[in-house]
Amino acid sequence: MNMNRFKEKSISLVDLESNFQEIEPDLAPNETIDESNRCLYCYDAPCIKACPTGIDIPSFIKKIASGNLKGSARVIMEANPVGASCSRVCPVEELCEGACVLNDASMPIMIGNLQRHATNWAIKNNATLFEAGEDNGKSVAIVGGGPAGLASARELARLGFKVTIFEAKEKAGGLDTYGIVSFRLPQEVSLWEVEQVEKLGVEIRTNTMVGRDISVDDIVNGYDAVVLAVGMSKVPMLGIDGEDAKGVYDAIEYVESTKTPPFSKDIVGKKVAVIGAGNTAIDAATCSVRLGAEEVNMVYRRTEAEMTAYEFEYEFAKQDRIGFKWLTQPVGILTNEKGEVNGLKCVKMELGEPEADGRRRPKPVEGSEFVMEVDAVIKAIGQSRYVDLIEEFGLEHKWGIVQINQDTFQTSNPKVYSAGDVIFGDGQGEAMVVTAAEQGKQAAYAIHKELIGETETAAV
Amino acid sequence: MVDLRTNFAGIKAPNPFWLASAPPTNTGYQVQRAFEAGWGGAVWKTLGDPILNVSSRFAGTSFNGQQVAGFNNIELISDRPLEVNLQEIYETKKKYPNHAVIASLMVEPTQEKWHEIVKKTQAVGVDGFELNFGCPHGMAERGMGAASGQVPELVQKQTTWAKEAAEVPVIVKLTPNITDITATAYAAVQGGADAISMINTINSLAGVDLDSWNTIPNVAGKGAHGGYCGPAVKPIALNMVAECARDPELNNIPISGMGGISTWQDAVEYMLMGAGSVQVCTAAMHHGFSIVEDMVDGLSNYMEEKGLQSLDDIVGKSVPKYSDWGNLDLNFKTVARINNDVCINCNKCHIACEDTSHQCIDMLTANDGTEYLEVREEDCVGCNLCSIVCPVDGAIDMIDIPSKEPMTWNERQAAIKQSATSAKELI
Repeated sequence: MNMNRFKEKSISLVDLESNFQEIEPDLAPNETIDESNRCLYCYDAPCIKACPTGIDIPSFIKKIASGNLKGSARVIMEANPVGASCSRVCPVEELCEGACVLNDASMPIMIGNLQRHATNWAIKNNATLFEAGEDNGKSVAIVGGGPAGLASARELARLGFKVTIFEAKEKAGGLDTYGIVSFRLPQEVSLWEVEQVEKLGVEIRTNTMVGRDISVDDIVNGYDAVVLAVGMSKVPMLGIDGEDAKGVYDAIEYVESTKTPPFSKDIVGKKVAVIGAGNTAIDAATCSVRLGAEEVNMVYRRTEAEMTAYEFEYEFAKQDRIGFKWLTQPVGILTNEKGEVNGLKCVKMELGEPEADGRRRPKPVEGSEFVMEVDAVIKAIGQSRYVDLIEEFGLEHKWGIVQINQDTFQTSNPKVYSAGDVIFGDGQGEAMVVTAAEQGKQAAYAIHKELIGETETAAV
Repeated sequence: MVDLRTNFAGIKAPNPFWLASAPPTNTGYQVQRAFEAGWGGAVWKTLGDPILNVSSRFAGTSFNGQQVAGFNNIELISDRPLEVNLQEIYETKKKYPNHAVIASLMVEPTQEKWHEIVKKTQAVGVDGFELNFGCPHGMAERGMGAASGQVPELVQKQTTWAKEAAEVPVIVKLTPNITDITATAYAAVQGGADAISMINTINSLAGVDLDSWNTIPNVAGKGAHGGYCGPAVKPIALNMVAECARDPELNNIPISGMGGISTWQDAVEYMLMGAGSVQVCTAAMHHGFSIVEDMVDGLSNYMEEKGLQSLDDIVGKSVPKYSDWGNLDLNFKTVARINNDVCINCNKCHIACEDTSHQCIDMLTANDGTEYLEVREEDCVGCNLCSIVCPVDGAIDMIDIPSKEPMTWNERQAAIKQSATSAKELI
């Protein structure tokens, strides 16, 4: 995300939909030529090593320069089945662009934007990039149609498996479809990626929740292998008074509501407090601004130094004139007589000694309670886990984090593999779309190795 | 203040930058605008019997997004009536008496034709002539331009005819579409030329359109070879200038150099290699006449910095350094050295050396985990490839290594021959 390239945008209080248009423009044709030619085409390039899916970045950029857009899109999507989404949502400063050798000489190549250009071409030209492999007679069930599940399904289909994805929501794509703010990632990009997987013969059963609409036993017994890629669940309860008041939102659901029109006018002119300081919290805050909020503040019990949001997300929030209440712990949500939020009771905090994770533990300052006048409270303090489902599968887990064999992505049930956010946490993996995609791919290769044996992988 | 005034074979100009005979010098309006912009001289677009041009005439070649790396044209000599051109030359010269106006000429290879055009043109006050023996397309099919420029006897004969009628200096413009340009240069000298200029354009086909499969450019679906110029041809042209400059049989005849000159640096290179004036066309066509400002300014600053007073201090100064391969020192050794504090680790030098040269750049990891590149100097042949592909200034230096007594191939062969002779004598 390059903020210098953002379109000059004012927030409309009337046409909310316009506030959610992609904020960074596509590269202009000349920019793609200049930028792709600027790439040095490094040997053993550090950008490739910095990409969790190992996209051959110099190769796809060279192909843009040579006018081979189809080849370019194929290089990207081959390594990363959600490469169009990733071009928009990856923290490129931390990954490929951060590793670009030109950081030391001039300016890094706009790898994300070039990737977006090549995948845009594929979307616009309805290009067929991959074909299903010859039927190998084996079947795989994938639980969850997010980035990990789709990546797994795409590779399995290319390897000749019969793949069925079970998706609880109306559309597949997971976070890319529902969880990433539209002005960063329009939903149609994610849906195109879903379509590419479907084109390989993968059946996607939407509105189908495993454990409710189909039993876990049917899944485990009906297929030769299972990939559990259900991600994470709702924002957990804060455990404070007034949490069920009208005007209290779950950040994940809140962002989801802005993915497709119509947009709620409930926030127009309101004062919003977002609890938390991670990337989702920032999404909720920036969405609030675009939904017409008059004032948005983020409330965090630690300081700027401990916040988990990426640097560029934080910068983006500041540009959106979002306020930050550091060292502030919400202790109660106040309501009016109609049960609507009208205040957030907080206490000031101070940092104590570092905890086991290295972060300093905040503790309340006595007698520092105060009330913030707010009309809405958005909870963004992390996500809870699908513990019940994991237990129904009978898998070993740590607080809902499915435990896997790091080499094979196999769970405690060797027939069940797992990838994506459901295995993220407690030092295991990274919570990025691109990591989920890579894990999904690796799980697919592991299944292929287990069920078919050591033949060529991804050779379609 | 440095003095940029030139006296090239008797043609005086405020600076050595002339517009070459080409579309930029088609009319009085253009030439006068050029003089206003700072050009020291202009070679008028070739005069001759009126011709007909085709539509769709130029094509540029791009390289990695850089437009006009090369330039191709199928335009012929002036398509305006001779009288109109002469009138405008007269007016221009009257308005700019201190600037050089040179008339480029091309007629059929007869004495009568040459006398006629030289006399007519001389009458309007030109400072010199440039005989166009180089235009490679169209005119060549009619026995003129490159067709006559490729035959030394014709070059000599036509030069003589022009000289018979000329009272001002005659420059002979040579075609590069020939195996050895010194042969035609020699013919020009024999014909009495006051100077030579080079190069005209090189036979070329700019490209083929991948969708229509038409040539680029195409005239109603058909193409014909054109003449190539622009930055891409500079090394070819520079060599031809240097070969003529160092040829003792050409008696230091003044050379006006051209071919891909885009900056003052290019111009200095040409001058060092013997050009007494330089001509520019493509760069002006790409950017307009104003580019001469930096050419003049850059040249002045360069000369000031180097403590040079006049162009005589530059012209030809590198010619003695240009020789035959057989005179190069076989014992000289230069090796690549990588400066790891400047290197950005793109590894382009490694792969270039590994795949295409002598496999002597290692990719290594230090104890602290940092990756770095190192040249195994004992295996390095000093080919320069790594420093050529390196994208960062100062990351790779070519270092001269002290070596044994110099020994050239020619000296070596002479020594072998001598020892063979002495051996024979011993028998």
